[in-house]
Amino acid sequence: MSAPDTVGRRRFGKVPLYVIVWLVGIVMVTPLLYALISGFKSTDQLSSNPFGLPSPWVTSNYTDILASGSFWRMLGSSTLVAIGTTLLTVGAAALAAFSLARFSYRGRELLFTLFTMGLMFPFAVAILPLFILLRTFGLLDNPWGVILPQAAFGLPITIVILRGFFRQIPGELEEAATLDGCSPFGFFWRILLPMARPALGTVSVLAVVSSWNNFLLPLLVFSNETWWTIPVGVQQFQGQYAADIARVFAYLVLAMVPALAFYAVAERQLIGGITMGATKG
Amino acid sequence: MTSTYVKDARPAVAEEPQRDLGNRRPLARRVTDWLTAVSFTLPALILFGALVLAPIMYAVYVSLFNWGGFGSPTDYTGLDNYSRLIKDPVFLGDLWRGLLLVGFSILVQLPFALAMAVLLNQKLRGRALYRMLFFAPYVLSEVITGVLFSMIFAPDAGLADKVLGAVGLDGLGGLWFADQSTVMPTLFLVMTWKYFGFHMMLYLAGLQGIPAELHEAARIDGANAWERFRYITLPLLGPTVRISAFLSVIGAIQLFDLVWVTSQGGPDHASETMAITLFQYGFKRYQIGYASALSIALFLISLVFALAYQRFVLRRDTEGALTNMRATR
Repeated sequence: MSAPDTVGRRRFGKVPLYVIVWLVGIVMVTPLLYALISGFKSTDQLSSNPFGLPSPWVTSNYTDILASGSFWRMLGSSTLVAIGTTLLTVGAAALAAFSLARFSYRGRELLFTLFTMGLMFPFAVAILPLFILLRTFGLLDNPWGVILPQAAFGLPITIVILRGFFRQIPGELEEAATLDGCSPFGFFWRILLPMARPALGTVSVLAVVSSWNNFLLPLLVFSNETWWTIPVGVQQFQGQYAADIARVFAYLVLAMVPALAFYAVAERQLIGGITMGATKG
Repeated sequence: MTSTYVKDARPAVAEEPQRDLGNRRPLARRVTDWLTAVSFTLPALILFGALVLAPIMYAVYVSLFNWGGFGSPTDYTGLDNYSRLIKDPVFLGDLWRGLLLVGFSILVQLPFALAMAVLLNQKLRGRALYRMLFFAPYVLSEVITGVLFSMIFAPDAGLADKVLGAVGLDGLGGLWFADQSTVMPTLFLVMTWKYFGFHMMLYLAGLQGIPAELHEAARIDGANAWERFRYITLPLLGPTVRISAFLSVIGAIQLFDLVWVTSQGGPDHASETMAITLFQYGFKRYQIGYASALSIALFLISLVFALAYQRFVLRRDTEGALTNMRATR
């Protein structure tokens, strides 16, 4: 077995590999491209010419949606809810993880067990009583009605990940800070949090994505259009314009843009988050 | 990551002696220390208690009543809702369909994700691009994915039927989401499109942790590609595969959004999941008591599965919060 022979075989050996990866790539990208291009057609064009490029290119589907206030309002609402959820989840989880990682006290493991049990609660299980609770406290059609439960359900995974990180920070650091007169909270705020910045980024990205994609809770809480988030808006828009398919495609594409843009920016944190969340959860 | 967990597995070694010393401190001091430590968990505890634990407890309570959701529940019926549940053909169908999704995921989706991960772990031109592309659907919400595919699989007008028609396979086109016999396979296609990239990413992360020397050594010993995969990659990827299977099962049991926007569980319950049935009874038919019993059943199924999985499958891995929890007790 001479060296050139091996190289040659390897080079040709890669051809089927590229074919497979390409085929899968095409299957993955076709629905997205199809939606993008269909958004530039009229619905008549879409049925007479389903595959080709639009002729003429119709931009009104996209521009109409962008010109209407409702799309921007949904974007704002989704953003507000995502930011609120993330701040609350990460803030409360960081404090709890600090306590569960750096202190040793009676009942600590019990508390941690309680939170990790939450990893197994699907949203759907609590949705009925949650809805009744939110109704009782007048939190329907109120962004807090979505933010608070989302934060509560996001706590377990965030606490599990952050506790893992906080434990890695050496105890000498804490001793030194305490000797210099740092209170426990001072150590948390001035030393631990800045050191855990990458981990905080990761859990924040996870919280943003799960809030952004949540559907069931906003669907139930926001009966009024004012606060609809993007997933709710997409579903309603589809129902409303069922006959005007090209317009629905345009709407879908515009609704995808923020998520895909966020993914492009936060890719590393997101992937770090899922792999960490998975192995630790 | 694994190494940090080994550290985690022998917890608080340095803290233990301190606690012994602490026991000699005055009681008041110990109480304040305890309060300081616990107070940091309070915001999380309050949120979690009020919005996760309390609702679940309340669901347990309400499931014992025949209740329409207004006023307070008075018509106590004991376990009637539960005995009705285990005779409900829709619920039994939900269980069967859940199993079907789990089976499909484990036998089709995960091996496919693993194969793609192994391919993309090699030196390929544009490898980063493929990874991004395969993972991108995971970032889209299930609603967006569902609406997109409900239009692609629209009978006659959708892309799927047009493509089949264009290549002369009209006969293969169909009602997709609107036919009882095709709705589940169609749903499964969409789920695979959306989620295989997620599992692929997990496997890729796991593959990075396998030392290249092992493969080199095996290659020198004459092991072929399949043997290296079978005897090196697969065993060392074990923990990742077990976690990914776990997530996949939990995801299948709890599926809601995707079904809701594509088929609404129909036609004639053919694609209904537990979460869909729960929603139907709770928010469309106002049988809150019965729907609560259903949500408790969903919870118990997830819980029993998770505990059994932790106990029998994940026990070997140091990863996993629950396993770790037991070790630190």
